[in-house]
Amino acid sequence: MTLTQSRILEIQQTAHQVREDVVRMVHAAACGHPGGPLGMADFLSTLFLEHFNLTPENRHAPDRDRFILGNGHTCAGYYALLARKGLIPQEELMSFRKFGSRLQGHPHRNLDMGIDFSTGSLGNSLSVAVGMALGARLAGYENRVYSISSDGESQEGQIWEAATSASHYRLGNLTVIVDFNNIQIDGEMRKVMDVRDLRAKYEAFGWHAMDVDGHDVLAVHDALEAAQAVTDRPSALIAHTTIGKGVSFMEGKASWHGVAPNDEQAAQALEELAQSAP
Amino acid sequence: MSTTQTLAPLATGEARKMATREAYGAALLELGAQRKDVVVLDADLSGSTKTKAFSQAHPDRFFNLGVAEANMIGTAAGLATTGLTVFASSFAMFAAGKPWEQIRQSVCVPELNVKICATHAGLTVGEDGKSHQMLEDVALMRVLPHMRVIVPADGVEAAQAVHAVAAADGPFYVRLSRASTPILFSEDYRFEIGKGAVLREGTDLCLVACGVTVAAALEAADLLAQQGTNARVINLATIDPIDTELLVQSARQCGAVLTVEEHQIRGGLGDAVAHVLVHHHPVPMDMLGMDDEFGQSGGADELLAHYGLDASSIARRAQELLRR
Repeated sequence: MTLTQSRILEIQQTAHQVREDVVRMVHAAACGHPGGPLGMADFLSTLFLEHFNLTPENRHAPDRDRFILGNGHTCAGYYALLARKGLIPQEELMSFRKFGSRLQGHPHRNLDMGIDFSTGSLGNSLSVAVGMALGARLAGYENRVYSISSDGESQEGQIWEAATSASHYRLGNLTVIVDFNNIQIDGEMRKVMDVRDLRAKYEAFGWHAMDVDGHDVLAVHDALEAAQAVTDRPSALIAHTTIGKGVSFMEGKASWHGVAPNDEQAAQALEELAQSAP
Repeated sequence: MSTTQTLAPLATGEARKMATREAYGAALLELGAQRKDVVVLDADLSGSTKTKAFSQAHPDRFFNLGVAEANMIGTAAGLATTGLTVFASSFAMFAAGKPWEQIRQSVCVPELNVKICATHAGLTVGEDGKSHQMLEDVALMRVLPHMRVIVPADGVEAAQAVHAVAAADGPFYVRLSRASTPILFSEDYRFEIGKGAVLREGTDLCLVACGVTVAAALEAADLLAQQGTNARVINLATIDPIDTELLVQSARQCGAVLTVEEHQIRGGLGDAVAHVLVHHHPVPMDMLGMDDEFGQSGGADELLAHYGLDASSIARRAQELLRR
């Protein structure tokens, strides 16, 4: 079912709040990765509000949907969304990356907080998602597994081992969303190690695959619905995004992959976000 | 002191032989029938790792991941998050060596219920040579938090260990062999995770072995007895968590310890025992195993003899240790 204009606005507002949270969290931590989560805020908000069925009530239910953040370094936005879903107290977000915090620098499995798996090492998560999907099918559950990956992570060979096995086992309950922003730590992905056309690659591996504008809430929603309709093979959505989206001096910049804004930059970022609030 | 375990009557007639991987396959089949939550993964080696019988009996609970061991370990972890008890098998080189980082990140960090049962470990792979002779797996696995490491000495112990790890929650590494080796234990032998077993009493020195070297250690104790030296023999099937109490008692009572393993002495059983004794009761100690080198092609027995892991080499090294 398509989204109403008011629902699209709600999702955009959530994405906006997530972006503000990300800037505050990474600034307070004085380290971390602001660029990725700013770029992913629109498609992740669409997924979390409209599709991923996690709630505080079902967080331990065996047939809940599963979510695994392959690019674990982008977890500031993930934590912010878990807070919006009521799984993490909003005030806890500011403990991000600090000693003793549950909000580790990269996610650690904690079902109380709704975190299904520990990630951080690139390449490992799609295999885990394959296992989650196989286990769900074996149990006869109707749930879905959402696995987040990225263009940089697609350089890891294990991703393609997992992609091979997911289509071999016809895992129609598995959807991967690839954050494709053409940026990795050392610079432009196309210059560092070009992964080329990921839609064509996933298709060649036997997946249902499509490109989507990762900032267009309705397009992402429609693509997720289309993926749910494909039940005989896994689905890959290649979400084209801009790293640092919403903060002009971070947009498209590899230098903002893993650097925290200073006081002045954080203030400027929050001011820009306030001005562009939906 | 724990009671001395009963040994099978090796001396009378032909000793019965069985590879620990065979016992693993048979135990998996029993588990599959007993428990619906047991699933098995393999990476294109089910005929050799002996998971094939399970795959035929329970095709819905068997997943062949092809020649892709990193993905197999990640898939095992994902399956474990859904409440299943997951066994994953390949040759030790490809089950512990190739996917070590996946084992660390996806199995041990989240502490999941995955049992890595690795066959074809050690020198006794034989003719396949150094590319397949995994001599570093115990080191790689015992260094990982939450990972427990078991090296069964014979088919009886291997079968019991498989049932024991299935009954315990969390990650395990079980090291199994390709070669047929003597059945050492009678059916009333009781394996317990974390407990060493005294197979022969003695107070002149203590031989500590695991896996295929336990049989040679027992033979070496016979040779030593003929020379008037009474060696205690311990089967230390669980290397992690290690049986500190038994090792410290034995060091106190015997005064010298010689470890024997089909593995690099750096990082393996010898290191694990030394770590306990240096903290609690240092005694003269020596270690037999691979001394910082790789193996080569050959028959299992001739390789064990060449690298000093046969009975006469063990006895000789024991006497050298006592002369120190």
